[in-house]
Amino acid sequence: MTQNPYLWLIPTLPLAGAAINGFLGRRSSKTAVTIVALTFPGLAFALALKIALGFSWEAAPYVFNLAHWIRSGSAGLPNYFTADFAFYLDQLSLVMLLVVTGVGFLIHIYSVGYMSDDPSYYRFFTYLNLFMFFMLTLILANNYLVMFIGWEGVGLASYLLIGFWFTKDSAASAGKKAFIVNRIGDFGFLIALFLMIQHFGSLTFTEVFSKVQPLGVEHSSAGVLTAIGILLMLGACGKSAQIPLYVWLPDAMEGPTPVSALIHAATMVTAGVYMVARSHVIFERAPIALTVVAITGTLTALFAATIGITQTDIKKVLAYSTVSQLGYMFMACGVGAFSAGIFHLMTHAFFKGLLFLGAGSVIHAVGGEQDMRKMGGLRSYIPWTTAVMGVATLAIAGIPPFAGFWSKDEILWKAYQGSWIYWLIGVITAFLTSFYMFRLLFMTFAGDYRGAKVDEHGHASHGHGHDGHGEPHESPMVMLIPLMILAVLSIFGGLVGIGNGFEHFLAPVFGAGSEAATGETAGRGMEFLLMGVSILVALGGAILAWVLYVSKPYLPQKIAAGLGTFYNAVLNKYYVDEIYAKLFVKPLVDGSTSILWQGVDRKVIDDTVNNAADGARHVSDEVRHMQSGNLRSYAGWIAAGAAVVIAYMIWLGAR
Amino acid sequence: MSVHLILFLVFGAIAVAGAVNLLVQRHPINSALSLIAVMAALAGEYLLLGAEFVAAVQVIVYAGAIMVLFVFVIMLLNAGEEERTDGSRVALLFGLPGMLLGSLLIAWVVLKHSGTGSVAAGVWAASTGPARSVPGSPETIGPLLFHEFLLPFEITSILILIAIMGAVVLASKPAVAGGGPPRKVKD
Amino acid sequence: MVPLSYYLVLSGVLFACGVTGFLIKRNIITIFMSIELMLNGVNLSFVAFAAHWHTLSGQVFVFFVMVVAAAEAAVGLAIIISVYRTRETLNIDQVNLLKL
Repeated sequence: MTQNPYLWLIPTLPLAGAAINGFLGRRSSKTAVTIVALTFPGLAFALALKIALGFSWEAAPYVFNLAHWIRSGSAGLPNYFTADFAFYLDQLSLVMLLVVTGVGFLIHIYSVGYMSDDPSYYRFFTYLNLFMFFMLTLILANNYLVMFIGWEGVGLASYLLIGFWFTKDSAASAGKKAFIVNRIGDFGFLIALFLMIQHFGSLTFTEVFSKVQPLGVEHSSAGVLTAIGILLMLGACGKSAQIPLYVWLPDAMEGPTPVSALIHAATMVTAGVYMVARSHVIFERAPIALTVVAITGTLTALFAATIGITQTDIKKVLAYSTVSQLGYMFMACGVGAFSAGIFHLMTHAFFKGLLFLGAGSVIHAVGGEQDMRKMGGLRSYIPWTTAVMGVATLAIAGIPPFAGFWSKDEILWKAYQGSWIYWLIGVITAFLTSFYMFRLLFMTFAGDYRGAKVDEHGHASHGHGHDGHGEPHESPMVMLIPLMILAVLSIFGGLVGIGNGFEHFLAPVFGAGSEAATGETAGRGMEFLLMGVSILVALGGAILAWVLYVSKPYLPQKIAAGLGTFYNAVLNKYYVDEIYAKLFVKPLVDGSTSILWQGVDRKVIDDTVNNAADGARHVSDEVRHMQSGNLRSYAGWIAAGAAVVIAYMIWLGAR
Repeated sequence: MSVHLILFLVFGAIAVAGAVNLLVQRHPINSALSLIAVMAALAGEYLLLGAEFVAAVQVIVYAGAIMVLFVFVIMLLNAGEEERTDGSRVALLFGLPGMLLGSLLIAWVVLKHSGTGSVAAGVWAASTGPARSVPGSPETIGPLLFHEFLLPFEITSILILIAIMGAVVLASKPAVAGGGPPRKVKD
Repeated sequence: MVPLSYYLVLSGVLFACGVTGFLIKRNIITIFMSIELMLNGVNLSFVAFAAHWHTLSGQVFVFFVMVVAAAEAAVGLAIIISVYRTRETLNIDQVNLLKL
């Protein structure tokens, strides 16, 4: 453990940027806002790089205690609880740090171009920098409490950014939905924290894990560690959009596309995976909780992929794809392959961020249209975007040597070692992933342009003035450069995983035995066989998409008609939102209206106040008759009062 | 049955009779004259108690000036007989019983402790000066007034001055511009 | 000799008559005279106590009470005159503008 006094600067620099833009941005020029908005995250990224370059395995982990926070009880006594504003950097945090600052910085640059015509330009960057601050706090925390600050804070930033165009009803509702569903997960997280305080007396990572280490594995019975594990997973379900709390992520596409890229693809939704990976010591001793994690992840991956193949909004496809890929990460963690999960997190940040930014470029090109049925043939209009989207699609489909292949294959291999069921579902999902991603690619770029003429100022979702051409046009350079950088990363970013390089890098965190129990018994041969299967599956999905959407475009309609109600169910996201509304939302709203509003607020609180006022009025109404202006009645009262006083004095004297 | 007691009873009877008459009479001038009788009787009582200066002042100032002022005002305003208006139930309902209760209580207390001491001519602790047989003579009251009670004396003289000014201002006829003819009572 | 309590009872009777007069009479001037009656009753008890305790302070106090009564009578009667001028009545039940 070495001290690194620069650790606290990394989150604080974006916070400074947010503060400056927040307070002064309204009256500053766009250039000034841009400079502030880019400098601070850029500095944070530079600082992260510097730490990365100087990272030494012997010196890790780096810590820094910024300030005391909670000191409860007295030292030496059993109920002593402390929590500080302290930071902690090991290999795991370093990976997350580089991803967040790097991809975040690229998205900031992209947003300069994407949001350039928005009237609330400064507010966007304020919120974006604020998000960076909270995310970095989450990553660099050295105890669960500071992590929780970051956790809640990114939820807040997500709400602010989803509802960025808050005058739109759907955007405001989506922001609310995200925050509320997140909150349900946070409830689980909090209970887990309480259990930790109760049983381990601390929330600091090192202390908790050192207390958990000697505990035995809870094989057949569920104990404290299982409870903590399941509750932490509940929190992760909320933040990382797993079943049953994934419903907010598709709605979150109401926010601007850079927001979708940064928060809902690359960074915030991965906070759950990071948290589970960080708590691996607990999970490894609670197999039941691990199984829950694995099953949740696997089912979510499959579930979301099936919905993704029917959606027509380009961003919704990507949203369900994110949910599905997050399911992969949790599947990996669930079988004990935490480093594989983090590896996929990293590559996913590259290609999903690229996909979203590219989609933003497409939407920008066609003037705000997001329905893919109205796109098509864009490859001749926006060649650069087409190229990077193609790279990203290849990456996510898992075709070598692109980044997605290495990480996804690692997960499938480890899943196979956990149970072949996980592997099978994973492979099916990979097929579906490849299918819907190539479907997106072909519907958008191949064929002929089916959309309306792009009129001068017609924009649905983002305000960007055109100069009056009637056809789709390429994005400005400031938006294309981050796309290209991410494309390069999507191509070469997976190569760090060759030869278990990534796993070795994270070994000091997860331990050498971070694989599932079976180890390397299945052998290299099996690994290559499975690798071949996943490549075949990916190619198969691509070919099917080609058939259905390029060569025989009439086929999808027939298939959909043939599947009838099942297709409708999938198209409508299995009616999950409607079920939730009926089961949870409506009873809550009705109960709140009838019991809390009419009953408590109106009848109890309001009536109490009103009756108190009425009572005072009635009393004074009676009493005011005393002031009649009639001197004789005054005299009468005086005489009576005097008699009372005299009686009292006599009584006093006689005692 | 000493002369003292008889005289006390006589003067007392006159005082009480005058007080009751004040209540009973309907025309205020009758009440004023009854009050003068009460004050005269009280002057007699003071003499019985040895307060000859106070008695003299009572007759001269109280009966001779203040009551004259009352009579003067009654005649100025041409007050007639009282009308029987019923103004306040409270006064009769609470006031009279209250007054009765208070008086009875005081009377009870007084009579309970009545055994202790009586008013007698004895050694009088008063200021120095030529000792006279009557304790409350001007020679004895005077030094007291101008030595121990000088401050109240001066203050009351200022009070009288203020009262004079107030009375003059309040009772003067209003100026022509303001006021105007007195308004009729609205029923 | 006359016991002190006799004087006090007489004083109390006079005071009670004064209060009663205040409560049952309707003419303002008569009410005022009842106040004077009350004051006289109190004066009597002062002098009686002065004689009882053999000190002259009681009599001096009576002196001051009388002075204050004089001042009060003067001002009060001026007010009564003023009220009569504006309200044309001496009935206290009709001087009730200060009501809620």
